[in-house]
Amino acid sequence: MINIEKLTIAEIKKGYIDKKFTVIEIVSAYIDRIKRLDPKINAFITLCEEMALKEAAILDDKIENGEEIGQLGGIPVAIKDNICTKGIKTSCASKVLEDFIAPYDATVVKKLKDAGAIIIGKTNMDEFAMGSSTENSAFKITKNPWDLGKVPGGSSGGSAAALTAGFAPLTIGSDTGGSIRQPAAFCGNVGLKPTYGLVSRYGLIAFASSLDQIGPFTKDVRDCALSLEVLQGNDPLDATSVNDTATKDYLTDLDAGIEGLKIGVPKEFFQEGLDPEIDESIKGSIKKLKEMGATVEEFSLPITESGLSAYYIVSSAEASSNLARYDGVRYGYRAETFEGIEELIVNSRSEAFGKEAKRRIMLGTYVLSSGYYDAYYKKAMLLRKKIKNVFNEAFKRYDIILSPTSPILPFGIGEKTEDPLQMYLADIYTVNINIAGLPAISIPCGFSKSKLPIGVQLIGHHYAEKKLLQAAYNLEQSLGVYKDIPELKGVE
Amino acid sequence: MAYETVIGLEIHVELDTKSKIFCSCSTEFGAKPNENTCPICTGLPGTLPVLNEEVVNLAIKAGNALNCDMNRINKFDRKNYFYPDLPKAYQISQFDLPICENGYVDIHVDGKNRRINLTRIHLEEDAGKLIHIEDEPVTLVDYNRCGVPLIEIVSEPDMRSAEEAVEFLKNLKAILEYAEVSDCRMEQGSLRCDANISVREVGQEALNTKVEIKNMNSFREILKAIQKEEKRQVELYTFGEGHKIKQETRKWDSSKGRTIPMRSKEDAHDYRYFPEPDLMPVIIAQDTIAKIKQNLPELPSKKKERFVTSYKLSEKEIDILIGKKILADYFEAVISFGADSKEAANWIIVDVLRALKEESNEEMPIKAQYLAGLIKIIDQGKISRTVGKEVFSELITTDQSPEEIVKQKGLSQISGMDQIEKIIVEIIGKNPQAVDDFKNGKAQAVGFLMGQTMKATNGKVNPKLAKEILENKLKEM
Repeated sequence: MINIEKLTIAEIKKGYIDKKFTVIEIVSAYIDRIKRLDPKINAFITLCEEMALKEAAILDDKIENGEEIGQLGGIPVAIKDNICTKGIKTSCASKVLEDFIAPYDATVVKKLKDAGAIIIGKTNMDEFAMGSSTENSAFKITKNPWDLGKVPGGSSGGSAAALTAGFAPLTIGSDTGGSIRQPAAFCGNVGLKPTYGLVSRYGLIAFASSLDQIGPFTKDVRDCALSLEVLQGNDPLDATSVNDTATKDYLTDLDAGIEGLKIGVPKEFFQEGLDPEIDESIKGSIKKLKEMGATVEEFSLPITESGLSAYYIVSSAEASSNLARYDGVRYGYRAETFEGIEELIVNSRSEAFGKEAKRRIMLGTYVLSSGYYDAYYKKAMLLRKKIKNVFNEAFKRYDIILSPTSPILPFGIGEKTEDPLQMYLADIYTVNINIAGLPAISIPCGFSKSKLPIGVQLIGHHYAEKKLLQAAYNLEQSLGVYKDIPELKGVE
Repeated sequence: MAYETVIGLEIHVELDTKSKIFCSCSTEFGAKPNENTCPICTGLPGTLPVLNEEVVNLAIKAGNALNCDMNRINKFDRKNYFYPDLPKAYQISQFDLPICENGYVDIHVDGKNRRINLTRIHLEEDAGKLIHIEDEPVTLVDYNRCGVPLIEIVSEPDMRSAEEAVEFLKNLKAILEYAEVSDCRMEQGSLRCDANISVREVGQEALNTKVEIKNMNSFREILKAIQKEEKRQVELYTFGEGHKIKQETRKWDSSKGRTIPMRSKEDAHDYRYFPEPDLMPVIIAQDTIAKIKQNLPELPSKKKERFVTSYKLSEKEIDILIGKKILADYFEAVISFGADSKEAANWIIVDVLRALKEESNEEMPIKAQYLAGLIKIIDQGKISRTVGKEVFSELITTDQSPEEIVKQKGLSQISGMDQIEKIIVEIIGKNPQAVDDFKNGKAQAVGFLMGQTMKATNGKVNPKLAKEILENKLKEM
């Protein structure tokens, strides 16, 4: 049997070339592992066994005939359940879309398929990507593979846990305020939120349109760079997808050194509320970076708290509008009893949306209401502009900004569900990056005494993914912690 | 007490594009329900809008034609409300930065020239259509219209009577047709109008409470609805019950000929407008605006000036021809085939218009080339005017040229001098009494003999020539 849980994308690709295994063998091994272990982890909402095996057979034939199988040929990929997949259910982990099957593929899904990747399933998440623990799923609670009593983070908790549990060498998530980076930190893997506009949003079921961005979870930075090459690119179906001229070759020179790289560390990200174990681990990363020849400097980035308020106002406002289409008229959940159109809409929405989604819809509706718009939404937009400017200024001095990904370690399941404000504070280091549309990556940088993963966040300037990945690669290699995988105690 | 009515209009006009505003679906009217739809215009989860740039060009065209200022920086906003015909539960529209502002349309009513100012023109997408099944608790939705590009034109409250409102709308419609912005077919809903009406005492400056009237589908209904609402409000003020006029939306019921309350101000939506995050701002180059202005088709006022100087037609005739773009275009096409302008105008205004009305068709009943040919052969004396009318009726039903019809039906006029002389000699020989009458100074005898000549030739003889020959022959006797 193949030890698939340890394999990276690069290793699987090499294995296919060296004929160490076939695509069917790889896909079957992952599916077996998912079937065996996922009942305890709950990373998946839908498993695509039949379809995946069919695709695998086609690719094996291609290999047999000496044909090209693509940049991700034969690589199993699990996709967050808010990204549309033609013919496969896309539920957003919501009762609202429990049986929704999109008649089209999201652009990223099309790109993955074109590159030869094989979709093996759809992963669990917080309902409509609203949350930081994946506890807001209408269907199941995903467990952190490092400690089944802890949350995997969110909202892309299913994708993060699936990657860490060895259910796929590549999983796809979406990040609106930290929904890739925070679960990557909680589960100890690499998670990237690209620059807003680098990856098409077409087919990503919108939470907050001006903040949402799709990105990968991988075992290491090299795999991340490889998958970003496939995911990125201008899309005529997404007007916010940007056609820029920056390089899309992220693999070449990935291992070039970082001598002279200028790194800024905002001191506001190291204040009250930061777990001392995380603080210590991040300082270890800073030491490593200095050893490799980077200059690291503390500076002031006075935006953290205002950023969080701006984030919750803008994201909720957009969400209240984006989620309004789920009225039970055309598709999705429809109440069984109603009289007239108004009751149909009210009953359907009241019965199907979860607590957190309702909270954000209410909040968003409120801040957009006449008489409140200026005090909230307009002010938030001004703050947003200010935050962008503050970052632009900082990037005149630094190539990379470094911070913890999360102020807290993975917390216990149920621990914060009754206190949404506490939950919102977990996003304090990540939301500003979405507000400013910047790229940021979380990579594992250590463990707590209780063996819970800790992530460090590196932030780059717009479209500076190449430099960001180089810095992340060098740090990852020198730290070495990325190779650790959980024992899955109590599962096997 | 004398009252005056204050009217402002809001007009929705579907732009004449091939595809919808945010997807590539066809905009054609009359398709099977939900045939012209896709995941984007039905707002399926995950889909995104991408702007059809032709829409912006047409709005600029409309703005130019209506004398507006252009906003070069444009953005879209979401107008949020729940309704089953609106699949995203928001309409993509423009809120605080409309593409055009401050235009005007000049009108002429009761011998007076009036300028009606326009507040703004903004871009937006149309919604679908609800179809209520009679006697069944079922409503169906057709999303074909969903995403058809619209401009909404908002006028200032500058009109003072229903007649002015209708005249304004007629002029506006003609301008938009001429500018090739829209086909403006009210019966298909590609031009729709809502009216805001209030009444105040003459001399009073402040505006009284206004009432919005919806669901008027023709000029006639607009005239009637406004007059009816005007009367309702004046009566209430007259009897000291002005307070009963509430700010509300009323629906015109054309079958009952009255307006009925639809929703009050209290029920008004809070649309929670905010900038559409899925679309980037649209920056229009000065150059684009100038180019569109330069290539603007001839507008009704310019066309009228030209007609007055180029053709010897009465103002009334010109107004009728200009009133409908297809008529004016047709008239000029007929002229271009060499027909006399006065004759062409006559035929079009009398016969072509009648045929159009009978067929209730938007298409011209006869090819311009054929009408020009018909006019020419009458002018050349090949057929008489009477026979011409017969040929005209033939032309509507067949696809033959007038010459072919004349030949086939043997309608050709007898114009050969010898031939006519022969016939006339025969007629004179048969009617000695009439010849005597003529000699005795009875001029009517000529008429009698002409009638006999026409009868004998089934009207095919050239009357002018025949009369000349007849008179000469009689004098010679």
